[in-house]
Amino acid sequence: MSVLVLADHDQGKLTGATARIVAAASELGPVDLLVAGSELGGIPREAAAIAGVQRVLVVDSAELATLSAEAVTQLLAERAEPYHHIIASASAIGRDVIPRLAARLDLMPVTDVVRILGPNRFERPIYAGNALETVSSSQAKQLLTIRASAFRPAAAGNAAPIAFEANSVAAVTKLIATYRTESDTPDLATAQVVVSGGIAFGSKEKFALVEELAAVLGAAVGATRAAVDAGYAPNDWQVGQTGKIVAPDLYIGIGVSGALQHLAGIQGAKKIIAINKDPEAPLVKIADYALVGDLFEIVPQLIAALKK
Amino acid sequence: MKILVAVKRVVDHAVRVRVRPDGSGVETDNVRMSMNPFCKHAVEAAVQLAEAGQASEIVVVSIGPKQSTDVVLTALAMGAHRGLVIETNERVETLAVAKLLRAVVDAEKPDLVLLGKQAVDDDSNHVGQMLAGLLGWPQATFASAINVVGDGLDVTREVDFGRVAIALELPAIVTADLRLNTPRNAALPMVMKARQKPLAVRPIAEFGVDITPRLTVEKVAPPPERSPGKVLPSVEALAAALKADIAELEAL
Ligand SMILES: Cc1cc2nc3c(=O)[nH]c(=O)nc-3n(C[C@H](O)[C@H](O)[C@H](O)COP(=O)(O)OP(=O)(O)OC[C@H]3O[C@@H](n4cnc5c(N)ncnc54)[C@H](O)[C@@H]3O)c2cc1C
Ligand SMILES: Nc1ncnc2c1ncn2[C@@H]1O[C@H](COP(=O)(O)O)[C@@H](O)[C@H]1O
Repeated sequence: MSVLVLADHDQGKLTGATARIVAAASELGPVDLLVAGSELGGIPREAAAIAGVQRVLVVDSAELATLSAEAVTQLLAERAEPYHHIIASASAIGRDVIPRLAARLDLMPVTDVVRILGPNRFERPIYAGNALETVSSSQAKQLLTIRASAFRPAAAGNAAPIAFEANSVAAVTKLIATYRTESDTPDLATAQVVVSGGIAFGSKEKFALVEELAAVLGAAVGATRAAVDAGYAPNDWQVGQTGKIVAPDLYIGIGVSGALQHLAGIQGAKKIIAINKDPEAPLVKIADYALVGDLFEIVPQLIAALKK
Repeated sequence: MKILVAVKRVVDHAVRVRVRPDGSGVETDNVRMSMNPFCKHAVEAAVQLAEAGQASEIVVVSIGPKQSTDVVLTALAMGAHRGLVIETNERVETLAVAKLLRAVVDAEKPDLVLLGKQAVDDDSNHVGQMLAGLLGWPQATFASAINVVGDGLDVTREVDFGRVAIALELPAIVTADLRLNTPRNAALPMVMKARQKPLAVRPIAEFGVDITPRLTVEKVAPPPERSPGKVLPSVEALAAALKADIAELEAL
């Protein structure tokens, strides 16, 4: 009995999430890793190197170029039978696919798992992280999405066998366009340091201060929903209940009030640092350390001091 | 085109919930309840399609206690035409919700089902995808734009690396993200008019769906508390603290 994990990849590379999901899944049994997509290049070999992987299954087809939920669900459904756990990252693709697959298999999934307490017992946050629910399942098979940020990555150095399998599915939806945020900052979901900005920046041009500070610290850039809605930052930088969940060692929130929907995304942060003119802002209240003042004065000075 | 919109009654998103001391769940007595925010965006999208002459009828459905009529009335006041509450006081898991919605789809035969991307109580983010799976329909989740093009839809989705635009044929399932639109606040005359619109309340038993939970909620606990930290005196102190933290990370 083993575990089937859907590999998370983008632009010809595994994302940082995959090794973390494999590490989590390894607690449940030996892992078969399914790599699905188009023009996969070096990804299967990267996947085979992750410790805990017993086999890599590869389906490489132009039909899978967009990784549509319909196609990926079908691939997993065809392979589901022997596995007692089927797991994906709680990423856009995992969230899209696992519930659809669950309905197909008449199973109730457990999603956004942050702790594995046993083969059938899991912890997941509810109410924007204001409560943690422990659920158990008596179903024959468990379908899960796991929050990558809650687990450490598995080591590399493995050389699992790779099996190339024929594609059996067709894309149902058609891709019209992709709008990709071009940025050379680290992956937000798995970054060690994150610098986030809020609506206080007032414009896209001023929001560049966040990016400048992040570059000095080698950090990923995050944003509040308000900053994204205002057009200061792209949607994939949003941190929170409906954005990305981050768990960096350092989280620096600048001009961020700390609304409960934003805090939902940073509960796993080890240290929180706030820069805000309001000493009563919720983020200042929970920060490990805070500086109270005007960000337009503080941030340029901080960048200069860090460069020294 | 006929549209079905699913809306859920949840603890208002602005309420900071408290976990019950016995760990049996969160306190929902005497707490403000309202329509799940994402569902509001779904209703708004349907109403805009109707206003553009692209939808002829909007049916709204909610599964939950009798008071769910409140959120259906809100949707009717926003511009939906007809409402249905599937009444139950039991906890209904997302899989059972999807099966109930499938029964409604079978009866109503909509061309499009709009849902919120997630309900802010359980934060599941399941039902749209599950309903699509049960019906074998295409799905476009996390939508930030919907356009009717020919006999189908172009939908822009928010994904991990930015956005993608996809085309899908009807019938289809679309789940709404917050940037899809700005939901209207229904003016008083619309609220009054909503009371005249048809709203059926039917017991869950009529639908023949087994709602026995598959999962057991063993306990609900508050998240770990963060201990309050300190306010630093100057930018220099902040820079020094950050440098020390980064050095520590690099040492690992
Ligand atoms: C269903 C739902 C889901 C949501 N999901 C998310 C989510 O995923 N992520 C998210 O972030 N939000 C989310 N929100 C929105 C959330 O409720 C808040 O509205 C949002 O986080 C506020 O963003 P902000 O901190 O940038 O703005 P504000 O709350 O307006 O805070 C601005 C802060 O900047 C400070 N400030 C202003 N000027 C200066 C200055 N010159 N120098 C220093 N400080 C200054 C102010 O003191 C204030 O604390 C969601 C809301 C809903 C209803
Ligand atoms: N009890 C319910 N009644 C009606 N619609 C629901 C119900 N539960 C969930 N939904 C719909 O499914 C969406 C996603 O919810 P969930 O999968 O529970 O996070 C919601 O935004 C609603 O549109």
